Amino acid sequence: MSSNVGIASRLKRNKITEVVASGKRMDGRDLLDYRNIQIKTGVLEKAEGSAEAYLGNTRVLVGIKFGIGFPFEDTPDKGVLMTNAEFTPIAHPTFEPGPPDERSIELARVVDRGLRSAEILDLKKLCLVNGKKVLMVYVDIYVLSYDGNLIDCSAMAAIAALKTAKMPVYTVKDETVTLTKKTKAVKLNKEPLAVSIVKIGDSLLVDPSADEEEVMDARITVSLDEKGNVCTIQKTGSVGFTREELRNVVQIAAEKVEELRKNI
Amino acid sequence: MSKKSKRAKKRYDGRKPDELRPLRIESGVLPNADGSAYIEMGRNKIIVGVFGPREMHPKRLSKPNMATLRCRYHMAPFSVDPRRSPAPSRRDNEISMVMRYALEPAVFLERYPRSVIDVYAEILEADGGTRTACINAASVALVDAGIPMRDLVASCAAGKMDGQLVLDLGDYEDKEGEADVPLAYMPKSEQVTLLQMDGILSQEDFNGCIDMAIEGCKQVYEVQREALKKKYGLEEGEAN
Repeated sequence: MSSNVGIASRLKRNKITEVVASGKRMDGRDLLDYRNIQIKTGVLEKAEGSAEAYLGNTRVLVGIKFGIGFPFEDTPDKGVLMTNAEFTPIAHPTFEPGPPDERSIELARVVDRGLRSAEILDLKKLCLVNGKKVLMVYVDIYVLSYDGNLIDCSAMAAIAALKTAKMPVYTVKDETVTLTKKTKAVKLNKEPLAVSIVKIGDSLLVDPSADEEEVMDARITVSLDEKGNVCTIQKTGSVGFTREELRNVVQIAAEKVEELRKNI
Repeated sequence: MSKKSKRAKKRYDGRKPDELRPLRIESGVLPNADGSAYIEMGRNKIIVGVFGPREMHPKRLSKPNMATLRCRYHMAPFSVDPRRSPAPSRRDNEISMVMRYALEPAVFLERYPRSVIDVYAEILEADGGTRTACINAASVALVDAGIPMRDLVASCAAGKMDGQLVLDLGDYEDKEGEADVPLAYMPKSEQVTLLQMDGILSQEDFNGCIDMAIEGCKQVYEVQREALKKKYGLEEGEAN
């Protein structure tokens, strides 16, 4: 969002850059400190799975819904995992109602790629009638309050919601699909979580606040599974990184993800 | 092919692991654009047109202290199989955004306050790695438009296929491989300006992909420079 930097935030930028350069943050944190993390699961009744994640003042609600739909043409034997993100206008004064903008598309796609790359679900098991009917898994990210670092917060909420979701059980007979009253737990092959690292001046820091995101030079989000494999990378922002900085970014992410994992 | 591989086996299209696809760039291909470039990277065929710096519409989107770089990545309906809708998808929007982030560090935007520079990329045929090809053509087109640049942005991907790290993945490797890391690089300042990844890689392999992609970008850079020299009739060494 550095492209929106106007006069007022140039002052803000100078101040934040100065504080960050001295190894501290405006809110007193160290550069590699996360804010307080809290995750609640099963917060909704009508969604088959749900979780609410708090990261400081950032608050994200994820609802999991299941449905029956058509498979994609190129994968007739696979179910569909779909991730969508909604920035509600109550989350921040700069969020306006309307069609999804770049920021919400990016949030949805980066979280989606994290889940998909790690192949968290065995999509073939979600096929009901080959080429005709498959189970759809919808992961809807609902941003209720924005104070930076939505990707990390949403990835945690998504995993927590999927882990506790109850999947409807269907019986299939001669291509007729019937819903039973039974449900079963969703089996996750992996639990990828995202760590976003922000560059301000020459410093790297984690878990940016809204102010820090406003003035940041660039950001890299690294998503890692529990074995430490990298599942997704996304760089945004109009400043580049050197090779050494990239090495550093992956290392920081690998360390920090373990800390996040304890909250799930 | 088995996943347990010997080192340096041939790829499905006969390339060596660290070999780029055939690459051709031509600049100044559109008569009505301020700058343009055509690229063939493997079977990708892409035209990029640059318009501006020009007045920004709507005006409220202009920035008082610098120019706005606006990128549009667009795939023709016939560029892929099956046909795709010409309406922009979520993927297109995201790629437009990362293209902008990849190019912005190279452009002296502060020279043109309140104006806009439009970069339109039309994918005529897609063969994997379209975003990297778009960035390559776009930076040549920006230079062709006479816009002052810090450096050319060169881009290509590295990834992993059948247990082997490979450069500049084609469509098949992109879909069937273990991972894909598109990257863009400005060789003069040694800055990575685009970095994404899909798939699964160990941290060691990921770092290997970065090194391999940067080397690939350096080769692309030479082709970009040649394209510009050819257009402007410069001899070797003159265009520095």
